[in-house]
Amino acid sequence: MASTITATRSRPDFVHRLLLGVGGIVLGLAILLPIIWMVFTAFKPEADVVQYPPALFPRSLTLQHFADIWDAIPFARLYGNTIVFAGGVTIFSLLFDSMTGYALARLEFRGKNVVFVLIMILLMVPFQVTLIPLYDLLGSIGLAGTLPGMIVPRMTNAFGIFFMRQFYLSLPRDLEEAARVDGASEWRIFSRIITPLARPALLTLGLFHFQYNWNDLLWPLIMSKDIEGATLPAGLSMFVGQHVVEYGLLMAGSVLALMPVVIFFLVIQKSFVAGIATTGMK
Amino acid sequence: MVWPLVQSAYLSFTEYNRIQAARWVGVHNYVELVQDEQVWNALGNTAVYAVVVTPITVLLALAFAIFLNRPMVGREFVRTAIFMPFIVSMAIISFAWSFLLDANIGLVTYWLGQVGFVTEQGWLTDPQLAMPAVMLVGVWKSVGFYMVMYLAGLQSIPTELYEAARVDGASAWSRFRHITWPLLANQTMLVSIMAAIATIQVFDQIYVMTRGGPFFSTETLVMLIYRVGFQDLRLGYGSAVSWVLMILVFGLSMLQFGYFRKRAVTY
Repeated sequence: MASTITATRSRPDFVHRLLLGVGGIVLGLAILLPIIWMVFTAFKPEADVVQYPPALFPRSLTLQHFADIWDAIPFARLYGNTIVFAGGVTIFSLLFDSMTGYALARLEFRGKNVVFVLIMILLMVPFQVTLIPLYDLLGSIGLAGTLPGMIVPRMTNAFGIFFMRQFYLSLPRDLEEAARVDGASEWRIFSRIITPLARPALLTLGLFHFQYNWNDLLWPLIMSKDIEGATLPAGLSMFVGQHVVEYGLLMAGSVLALMPVVIFFLVIQKSFVAGIATTGMK
Repeated sequence: MVWPLVQSAYLSFTEYNRIQAARWVGVHNYVELVQDEQVWNALGNTAVYAVVVTPITVLLALAFAIFLNRPMVGREFVRTAIFMPFIVSMAIISFAWSFLLDANIGLVTYWLGQVGFVTEQGWLTDPQLAMPAVMLVGVWKSVGFYMVMYLAGLQSIPTELYEAARVDGASAWSRFRHITWPLLANQTMLVSIMAAIATIQVFDQIYVMTRGGPFFSTETLVMLIYRVGFQDLRLGYGSAVSWVLMILVFGLSMLQFGYFRKRAVTY
């Protein structure tokens, strides 16, 4: 008796969920169209890429574009530059954001309130306003058009400091108080007790920084004198601006350029999405 | 970190091209700016972009969130798919969009042609259609991000409220109107301001897909700052233009800050 009731109740329920799911999957695939198109095009032979009428699915597959991209443009250089830029910014940012955030959350020092107010104000400043003075300054000390020049101004930012401060404020004080009573130095408390506890926050912030800088266009575009010195988004954009576009080649390069961030995201998707939900709500 | 801001303010009162030293010109740049048709054009394009893209993105994000808050087959896949555009590089995915919207061999151009929407000059080369095209890409890119924020809000609404409403025989629309919408008001406020701030700073897909053209029909404020500051090398005037952006973004941010501070007090 009980089983027939659940059966009659759950069956239309399941059909309902299935129908909704089919609608959802169609929606999801439609949204993924540019990415699907990019991947399919990358594997199509050139004749199929430019065929009319265009067709979504490839008729035959080739790896030719993936082999050619390395010679058509300095693709390995672009890749290396992007790894150094995004990786360098991420590592330095995590270091400086967490130290500054900790100082603002836990230490007492003169001018602390002034520093905090300045950081709140900087949170509201669009970074484009700082482009011209930064470019000018880096140019006058010979760093314009170099990777260090690209990295240095990004080594810490208001958002990262604020994010870490909020996290440290949420930690209980007991542990550090106990360590302080035992005579541990502030540096020791920060590096041995606090930082291990902050791993989830650092991971989330790290992905934010990495993804943002890996994907960024405007800053690397300004800070690279030529394609050789650019990151993937900036270098590929310059390339497209100067040459007749071979879409097969461009899509193969694009697939390779997007891959690290997409894989990184799929691996730690849960904490990344949770990070957005919580920082969004403040 | 504050220095670039101060320096930018200083430069906006000078004439400077990096070859000769900066020359103080007082408010001259700002006088020129007010009379500059290119500035008004860029400001207008930015305003149109923001006013169209912000509400569409926010409402779509809400609709997707409500849809994906129900149990369904393959829900994780759908959520990830909608969020994915936010993860990938806007510049790089814009190459794929340019190809999809290509006048001759673009797949979307072709599909739209099949259902009767034929463009004379192609999406990105028609001054009438280039703006809608970059708007579409803008909505596509960020809707998943705001959807995630809405999903967090939806999950904080107690399900008892909906059950009680259902017992009272409330329709789906009135449940949305009287429970979901008011309880998500804060989320909507936050998401709308964030989206407005982001749209005012639009650059990447426009740079890749149209370079601000055709005939400056998609040149936004940041595109103009880039052109004036880094292509014409008018660093003083470019700084002045960037302060227009500064005032817009800063104003909206203050609004956001004030709104949430007020709320914190009333708790």
